[in-house]
Amino acid sequence: MKTSQKKQEKLIDENGIRLDGRKVNELRQLKIEVGILGNADGSAYIEQGKNKILAAVYGPREVHPRHLALPDRALLRCRYHMAPFSVQERKSPAPSRREMELSKVIREALEPSVFIEYYPRTSIDLFIEVLQADGGTRCAGITVASLALADAGIPMRDLVAACAAGKVGGQIVLDLTDVEDKGGEADMPVAFMPNANAITLLQMDGMLTGEEFEQTVNLAVEGCKQAYQLQKEALKAKYTTAKEVVKEEGVEE
Amino acid sequence: MSSTMTARIKQKRIAQLVARGKRLDERGPNDYREVQIETGLIERAEGSARIRLGKTEVLVGIKIEVGEPFLDVPNEGVLTVNAELVPLASPTFEAGPPDENSIELARIVDRGIRESKAINLESLCVEPGKRVFVVFVDVYVLNHDGNLIDASALASLAALLNTKMFNYEVKEGEIKIKPGYTPLPLRNHPVAVTFAKINDKLIVDPWLEEEQVMDARLTMTVDKDGKICAIQKGGYGYFTTQQILEAAATVTVKAEELRKLVVKE
Repeated sequence: MKTSQKKQEKLIDENGIRLDGRKVNELRQLKIEVGILGNADGSAYIEQGKNKILAAVYGPREVHPRHLALPDRALLRCRYHMAPFSVQERKSPAPSRREMELSKVIREALEPSVFIEYYPRTSIDLFIEVLQADGGTRCAGITVASLALADAGIPMRDLVAACAAGKVGGQIVLDLTDVEDKGGEADMPVAFMPNANAITLLQMDGMLTGEEFEQTVNLAVEGCKQAYQLQKEALKAKYTTAKEVVKEEGVEE
Repeated sequence: MSSTMTARIKQKRIAQLVARGKRLDERGPNDYREVQIETGLIERAEGSARIRLGKTEVLVGIKIEVGEPFLDVPNEGVLTVNAELVPLASPTFEAGPPDENSIELARIVDRGIRESKAINLESLCVEPGKRVFVVFVDVYVLNHDGNLIDASALASLAALLNTKMFNYEVKEGEIKIKPGYTPLPLRNHPVAVTFAKINDKLIVDPWLEEEQVMDARLTMTVDKDGKICAIQKGGYGYFTTQQILEAAATVTVKAEELRKLVVKE
């Protein structure tokens, strides 16, 4: 809720520096790891500032319950969930309305990237667990989930990277933290597939003029492109490490 | 919200027509279906409105009750939006707890009203931190023929404009209802405009069969000054930046048309 919150501190100082020391068009520090869970077919972990999010993919596998199976494509399911300890006040582990909506829009943001038609009558189940939240978890969730899908070896058109932009203290800024989201004027999460120049998730709440809207979309897309580069590096890093292990230990025939 | 089957041949026809800037029901790409509005039809509710958007029909009832404020905003009333896709509205709706479609619908309507600060929530505070008024906006879909979002948002606005607050006074910590009513103070009039993307072209106000063909959906809510206050993309397709900016340009004009239907200055 962005109504009438008294601003105790300025979110952006006179030099254009934000509370966490970033410039207005700067992304938070990203740390991404691919393939970190044993049981899942694909998995990834992301830290974006204080956000800590795990994603895992199971499938393509048999659909359960069976009647949900689709004759011509895989059923992509997604659960976005926040751990009870991920926020200041304990969140009930039961899925909230917000989590249900986010599960839906995240699924819709990722589905355009996956060749679901290759796996009829199966399900691809995607689980996103937010372990610690600090604003922008749906975006970080998409970025990490896309990597988990790639890690599961599922054919994809492109990786999907996501990033929010918004308006804080009258300025258009990239990658809002929780404080900035609550104290700011607008927040706009965007997911982007660079290969197809495709925006697959777009939401906004707040207040923007037409001109500000255009600036915000463009800035968010720039943020997505930066996240995309880091995504690709993280994916490659997994195989470079694997290669080194093979070199050192040899492969048993 | 894909649902009942549309014949492949018809789907193809719809897509081909849209590519040529035409539509099956002979509307232009930026034309809404006919809108009919009735207000105040539920006497028990503090406010109500029924919208017919073509064959889509949505009833919204407003109830105002006394409740507790949220801890982080102790001096503000509470806005709650809920949507019911009741089984009588479509062969594809089933009874039961709200599914993701009805939750998404309610949250899009909620975002428009909340972010445009349409309701003066501070004025609904009785006792800071203890008692405030809760405004329940209940969206009841009666017939689903596509574009439930715009119909629900418009019906909600019409119902809020129709809402009367009962007069009251606080005596010895008790809320006493006094005779008479005053209109609920509204500061803004948010209107939602939804686009469907079919064959790489944008059309407004998709009806059911167009929704079944569409690749993706984009809703923008605009306030009375033409500022954008909420956006939601839906569906499995995507939009290019160009298409989104194109939509943003169209939306102000269409929103103004719709607003004139419910807001009588």
